[in-house]
Amino acid sequence: MTQTGNGDGPVEMIRVEGLRKRYAPDGPDAVGGVDFAVAQGEIFGLLGPNGAGKTTTIGTMTTRVRPTAGRVLVDGIDVARDPVAVKQRIAVVPQMSNLDRTLTALENLTFHAAYFGAPRRERRKRALELLDRFGLGGRESDKVNKYSGGMAQRLMIARALMHQPKLLVLDEPTTGLDPQSRLFLWERIVELRELGTTLLLTTHDMLEADRLCDRIAIMDHGQLIANDTPRGLRRLLPAERGLELLLESPTDPLDRFERRPEVERASSNDAGSGRWQVRLYGADEQLPDAAIAVTREPGGPVLAELRRIEGTLEDVFVHLTGRDLR
Amino acid sequence: MRLGVRSRAFVALCERDLWVTVRHEPVGFLAQALLQPLFLLFVFGRVLPEIGQARGAYGTQLMPGVLALTVVLTALQNTALPLVIEFSFTKEIEDRLLAPLPTWAVALQKMVIASFRGVISGLLILPMAELILPGGIDLGGASVVAFAAILVLGALAGAAMGMVLGTAVPPNRISVAFAIVLTPLIYTGATFYPWPSLANLEWFQIITLGNPLTYVSEGMRASLTDVHHLASGWIGVGIVVALSIFTMLGVRGFVRRAVD
Repeated sequence: MTQTGNGDGPVEMIRVEGLRKRYAPDGPDAVGGVDFAVAQGEIFGLLGPNGAGKTTTIGTMTTRVRPTAGRVLVDGIDVARDPVAVKQRIAVVPQMSNLDRTLTALENLTFHAAYFGAPRRERRKRALELLDRFGLGGRESDKVNKYSGGMAQRLMIARALMHQPKLLVLDEPTTGLDPQSRLFLWERIVELRELGTTLLLTTHDMLEADRLCDRIAIMDHGQLIANDTPRGLRRLLPAERGLELLLESPTDPLDRFERRPEVERASSNDAGSGRWQVRLYGADEQLPDAAIAVTREPGGPVLAELRRIEGTLEDVFVHLTGRDLR
Repeated sequence: MRLGVRSRAFVALCERDLWVTVRHEPVGFLAQALLQPLFLLFVFGRVLPEIGQARGAYGTQLMPGVLALTVVLTALQNTALPLVIEFSFTKEIEDRLLAPLPTWAVALQKMVIASFRGVISGLLILPMAELILPGGIDLGGASVVAFAAILVLGALAGAAMGMVLGTAVPPNRISVAFAIVLTPLIYTGATFYPWPSLANLEWFQIITLGNPLTYVSEGMRASLTDVHHLASGWIGVGIVVALSIFTMLGVRGFVRRAVD
């Protein structure tokens, strides 16, 4: 999928090819040869421990970091060749506020739109609309240094949307926010995807990544070590695939399961009041058949609950990047 | 007139800065720019002659120097200080760096606005001197064109020096750097005396030629008064050379700070 213009199929918003970045000539590679692509309209998560190379990788897309080797295309445009054209298509919401503190909230938005050539009347109209949408209506004349962290974060996203970017980059968008603000932002992010905006986000919040992202890339030590859907990533956990059953049975039903050929390994716990919790491990697809077959046996246990055992995204993350502190 | 994407962004950045100057911080700007020349003119141009410590005409030689000092320092400080703050503390520069114009143009825009502030403060020195100096000021023989040229070029040179200072010095050392750079700049810039009058102190006279402010001060004397001054050709060369070198270094420093 290398299309960038009109046509069928997914259009690429970001393509990173052989990206390498070294800050000092004799220093280590901050990013050591990374390739990936993000389709238009996707929410793409870039995850990794601190110092993994995420910020550098994103910097190459936002014109702030010059690649040592390789190239980065945004909407089909080589960032190094035509940074101005790329700037017109992207917006960045940083982790820490970079709002214009001498200006009011409304002015932050209208001047930003002016940089991108929006006509005066349109700027104001769009700014007021966005302030409303981000729950800041009525606070437009406040100086932004009076804003709380959550308000500043929302205002920065509103500002980013003023010039209707095709690609929105969010750097840890919900770090330090209260649960209400976090939910609010998640809703807005999904809404944006529905409107066709491509979103690239970094986060250390695995729940957030799992819930929002269509695809997730995990970086460590300057390399891309995984790139898949959240579900696909969970499958990378080797030992944690199986089924967990809750069964009603007068006696421990474990040996019935152990007799089944599909089951490689099983364990059971007495869950009290005639219930047993049984875990089955083995060939993924055939385990449900085995479970059902056992419940159909004469005198077999009655199935109360059945659930797939999947590691969390956090388990995957730690599995891939290790437990060492950075 | 239809402007391109880049020029529109450049103009919009200027609009933002002018809006802030006029709407949000006019008092701060004027105080920063004008308090120092106010006291210089008052103490050296009014008090000293009145108590007999300086000749009555000293003000005539002093005023162009104070004007030059104000223009250069205002432009320098209005580039250097905001740059340091915006790059390291408030990160406000980031929104500008993502505006659709080349990074070097963002640097030039900063210089243009700081120069504009320098020019405005310089122009305000004239009525101030008229009020403070004992005999007012006599602009009978002034060359408006030469004055305007020196005013604008001097402000740009100051802004360029500020760009170098603001991008070359790490933020935690900026106060030290200011002290180390500004003090010699102020006192070796032919501010308080015409450059030719240093003839008896030749070594110092030569040192002052290394200070860009010297050429701006002498340029102001040449355009506003009939005081004996450094040859006009050298004034032009000095200002243009300083402006070119510092602009090149400053823009390069800016781009280096902005793009890794």
